Amino acid sequence: MKVKVDPTKCEGFGICAELAPQVFELDEWGYAAVLGGRDVPAALEDAVRRAAGACSVAAISTET
Amino acid sequence: MRVSALTDDARLLRPAPEREDLGCYRTAGGYGDGLTGDDLLAAVDAAGLRGRGGGGFPVARKWEALCMADGPRDVVANGAEGEPASLKDRYLLCRRPHLVLDGLERCALMIGAERAWVYTADAVTTASVHAALRERPVAVPVVVHQAPHTYVSGEETAAVRAIDGDEALPTAKPPRPFERGVGGRPTLVQNVETLAHVPFIAAHGAKAFRAAGTDSTPGTLLVTLSAPGVAPLLCEVDAGTPLDRVLDAAGLGWTPAGFVMGGFAGGLLGPQAREVRLSYEDLLAAGSLLGCAAVIALGAPDCPVAVAGEILAYFAAETTRQCGSCVRGTQAMRDVVAQLCAGHASADAVEKLDRWGTTLRGRGACGLLDAAAHMAASLMREFPVLVHTHLGGGCAICAAEQSSPWREPAAGRFAVAIDIDLERKDAA
Repeated sequence: MKVKVDPTKCEGFGICAELAPQVFELDEWGYAAVLGGRDVPAALEDAVRRAAGACSVAAISTET
Repeated sequence: MRVSALTDDARLLRPAPEREDLGCYRTAGGYGDGLTGDDLLAAVDAAGLRGRGGGGFPVARKWEALCMADGPRDVVANGAEGEPASLKDRYLLCRRPHLVLDGLERCALMIGAERAWVYTADAVTTASVHAALRERPVAVPVVVHQAPHTYVSGEETAAVRAIDGDEALPTAKPPRPFERGVGGRPTLVQNVETLAHVPFIAAHGAKAFRAAGTDSTPGTLLVTLSAPGVAPLLCEVDAGTPLDRVLDAAGLGWTPAGFVMGGFAGGLLGPQAREVRLSYEDLLAAGSLLGCAAVIALGAPDCPVAVAGEILAYFAAETTRQCGSCVRGTQAMRDVVAQLCAGHASADAVEKLDRWGTTLRGRGACGLLDAAAHMAASLMREFPVLVHTHLGGGCAICAAEQSSPWREPAAGRFAVAIDIDLERKDAA
């Protein structure tokens, strides 16, 4: 699974980093980016799906 | 602006100052026979031509991706030169438009493009391209699209968006234009200098192209040099030529205190960089970028810390406010360097600046935030002693600037002189 954060959509709610802190990293001001490239380890796929669903501005997209 | 070929093998520059019309271009062998189709692709591949817009991506890989795309596809010749200190793309479109259109036509036919655009960012350039197209239409329909002259308008997704009728603002990637571009079609966005190399390769082949340059940066390249007290110099060099050679040609009678490299995107380099060779690989090894090969030599009136501050202020003003990290990050870095120049930055703030230089990279939709982060990181890496001096307010240049009643607008003095010069010459 691959995941990306659209930085033009992210508004810094930070829910993604609460649900999958190993994948999403917030900057100083709370805006999210994906750590360590776009590939998601299998063990974290569920958490990433929850994060994508929880993002209120739909900034997170996944593809398999 | 002065123009000078610093190679025996000039392919892009023309010694004559006036615009090259169709007759002159044909007399010089332009629009002649040459390699086409798969033979041209193979030659471009063997030539090792890399994108001259700044990224340095292998051209043959892009062309192959377009050839393999399903359905109709398009091509954009990108002449929207956003780097303020660069002049080369506008030079080519204003003085040698047929060289670019020849390359565009060969490229469009090779990849099977149905439509083409020439994407510009100023009226003088647009007029020159229109005039060239009236002299000789290209074999595929061409539209000239003029975007606003901003730092990001030449970014490939911004170009696609502008041509589609929207604002010239970058979008998140992927998809890249070669996957999904103008009108949703696969689109090749290629810098105009890159296209200007194609007729040479078509006519003379890969081996002749590689007669100049290095293994990893074959061919010649256009370099824009600006420095205080001398007219900007646009020169063509064999890739791998030491920067020193360009400084000598510009008539610099003094030792630069440092350089702004690769446009603003390559950050700062210290005075030792005068020996660096102008190639993708050498500048990468020096912690910088060749970028669009625009170089600013910093002289006695320039404090490198203040220059970094001006350029960071420019980035903070040029952010398109689409990405939160970019809006906040460019402002934060600008503010710390401004505090340094004012002599009241804290050690803690400078530590943050150093950290942002790394952690903010890759967080924006386009390269603007990366360029700003690179500027901050390179200031800390190349001028640590000078930064330390500023902590205690010990810079005489900055102290004088702070008390001066009027200050140049951010980055303006690196850019405006070049622009005006180009327009004046063309108007004459």
